[in-house]
Amino acid sequence: MPLQWAIVFLPWLGAAGLAALPRLRQAAAANVAVSAAGFAIALALAAQPFAQHGWTRADALNLPFLVLSAFVGLTTAVFSAATLDREGFDHWRIRAYHAAYQVFMGAQFLALLADNMGVMWVAIEIATLATVSMVALHRTPAAFEAAWKFFILCGVGIALALFGTIVLYLAAQPLLTAGNGLSWAALMRVAPDCAPGTLNLAFVFLLLGYGTKAGLVPLHSWLPDAHAEGPVPISAVLSGLLLNAAMLAVLRAKAVVGANPEAIAPGPFLLALGLASVLLAAVALWRRRDARRFFGWSSIEHMGIAAFAFGLGGAAANLAGLLHLLGHSLAKSAVFFGVGRAALAKGSQKISDIGGLVTTHPALGWGLAVAIAGLAGLPPMLLFASEFRLLAVAAAEVPWLALALALGMVVAMAALVTVLQAMCFGPATPGAAGTLEGWREAAAAAPLWLHLAVATGLALAMPAGLAAMLAEAARMIG
Amino acid sequence: MSFGQLGYDMAHLLGGGVLLLSFVLLYQRRIGAVINAFAMQGALLALAAAWAAHSQGVPGLYLTALLTLAAKGVLIPLALHATVRRLDLHRTVETALGIGPSLVAGVGLVALAILVVLPATEGARALAREDLALALSVVLLGMLMMITRRNAISQVIGLLSLENGLILAAIGVAGMPLVVELSAAALVLMIAVVAAVFAFQIRERFDTLDTASLDEHRGERR
Repeated sequence: MPLQWAIVFLPWLGAAGLAALPRLRQAAAANVAVSAAGFAIALALAAQPFAQHGWTRADALNLPFLVLSAFVGLTTAVFSAATLDREGFDHWRIRAYHAAYQVFMGAQFLALLADNMGVMWVAIEIATLATVSMVALHRTPAAFEAAWKFFILCGVGIALALFGTIVLYLAAQPLLTAGNGLSWAALMRVAPDCAPGTLNLAFVFLLLGYGTKAGLVPLHSWLPDAHAEGPVPISAVLSGLLLNAAMLAVLRAKAVVGANPEAIAPGPFLLALGLASVLLAAVALWRRRDARRFFGWSSIEHMGIAAFAFGLGGAAANLAGLLHLLGHSLAKSAVFFGVGRAALAKGSQKISDIGGLVTTHPALGWGLAVAIAGLAGLPPMLLFASEFRLLAVAAAEVPWLALALALGMVVAMAALVTVLQAMCFGPATPGAAGTLEGWREAAAAAPLWLHLAVATGLALAMPAGLAAMLAEAARMIG
Repeated sequence: MSFGQLGYDMAHLLGGGVLLLSFVLLYQRRIGAVINAFAMQGALLALAAAWAAHSQGVPGLYLTALLTLAAKGVLIPLALHATVRRLDLHRTVETALGIGPSLVAGVGLVALAILVVLPATEGARALAREDLALALSVVLLGMLMMITRRNAISQVIGLLSLENGLILAAIGVAGMPLVVELSAAALVLMIAVVAAVFAFQIRERFDTLDTASLDEHRGERR
């Protein structure tokens, strides 16, 4: 079996096995093992030359995100093994949680690797179903509300994306040969000769549909609630993985439409949605009281920045956008690890209840402080590099929009720094009995520091292979 | 295939029937009647799929027709009726926008769908583009229903009828690859939505599934 298929089916097989494991410790260990195997396959896949196998393809655009997803999936599994006993799950929910986690990972890999737009749609749908069930897992009214909103809004979103996929096929149908319909590679080949009007219609629906999943304003309202409820590790994979898969789907659609000179230019749509996301999130960040909702809103801001970069188009801006997606995944999941650990230590996830972490939990406090600073776009992490590149390109091409973007970034950065000060350096708040014993403490802290190290390492010394891949991807998506 | 030929006329008639039932969904005042109208729409959609299987010579579409008939014509409506009974929900439809204005808005949306689709798809075959215009109308009417109805059950039915529009679009595009798989996957999503309503009901935490009152559980109210 090609590795591209193995990486999808391994987690799904793992999910079947995990559904049969009722004991927390065994299930968590097995979950880590399956995730580690997935990461190994992802690395092996990245070392192979690009290839297409049936409905899947490995190319410069998806391989960096595939490795990233497998990496975040592994670190999140470790974090989850260390902290899951605090969620108070009975054995049914332990089974459901781990099975849904691996179903989600498999669907995420398939969504990234899919060459066939229909298969990609099905993968994103499966990922949605798995994450909805994880968000609802606590069975509190708030968790139900969040899951319901997530489900209904994303249900409409992916329904629209399917409509867009059908229209896309209708546009390309006269030019396609039998057997390769809906293949992205084939669509790219015939796109210049397709009927431009039909392509326009398809793009609008694909953008609205997958844009909902990517959390772009005005289709974002499910995102903060879904991040705030459910077990903490889910917030990390929602922000770190699912949003990227949706954004990549938008990029594939944009590449097809952009390849046709007579079709509408897809860039301005992404620019507008991206800018709206940044500006709305920058304001909304100031009004949040719940730490996880706060960082959910911050995801909206960062997806907005990435959408702005892709909307601008061209190799330089696209590269900044891809770097931004990578950097955001690393930083945001690190922050969620820190916030999740802090919420355990303080017994609450309200920002006002988490204070003075540096004095009460020094290692956690400093780690979270560095992670939030990185998320705010301060050097030396990857987000600084990507935001700097983006602003440089934008200032040259669209100075007035660059001004608005910079304004949004600065307001959001100020909100993040304010929260950083309150949570890490402010007056210490009383803690709950939240110490984790022995290896659990280390296993809960290690993912955070590992993410920070990788994000810093990539910013300071990006491996040549990865840099070449990203540069090629930036050219591919136009 | 063009106007006056049986394959074309029949596909048109069935597609138009599905659209007509979207309007029927909009003007019902009782939940039970909404569910019944949805069941009829599902049955008609199944007929349309079966006709497409026959006229396009794609036997796989018979499977789609069968699944649609079983799920949307029978099982989902039964489940929804059971939910309404078990939860003892309000039997009347609570509207955010009155019935009359909803219908006017619906007519406007159909006009919009035709104005958007027909010029945009000039290259495609007549049946495909007209089917697409009908399908987009059904999709938009489903969204309208989700926006203008307050209780969760009617919103779910709005989403379900929106998905009916998708299936209508997919079967109208002759030669669409994976059409059976995609429609089955979409059906799984819809069944999961209905199951989610059930899952909420089992907990019996809410007096109502009215989504406005769900808002009060949000963590950020002071």
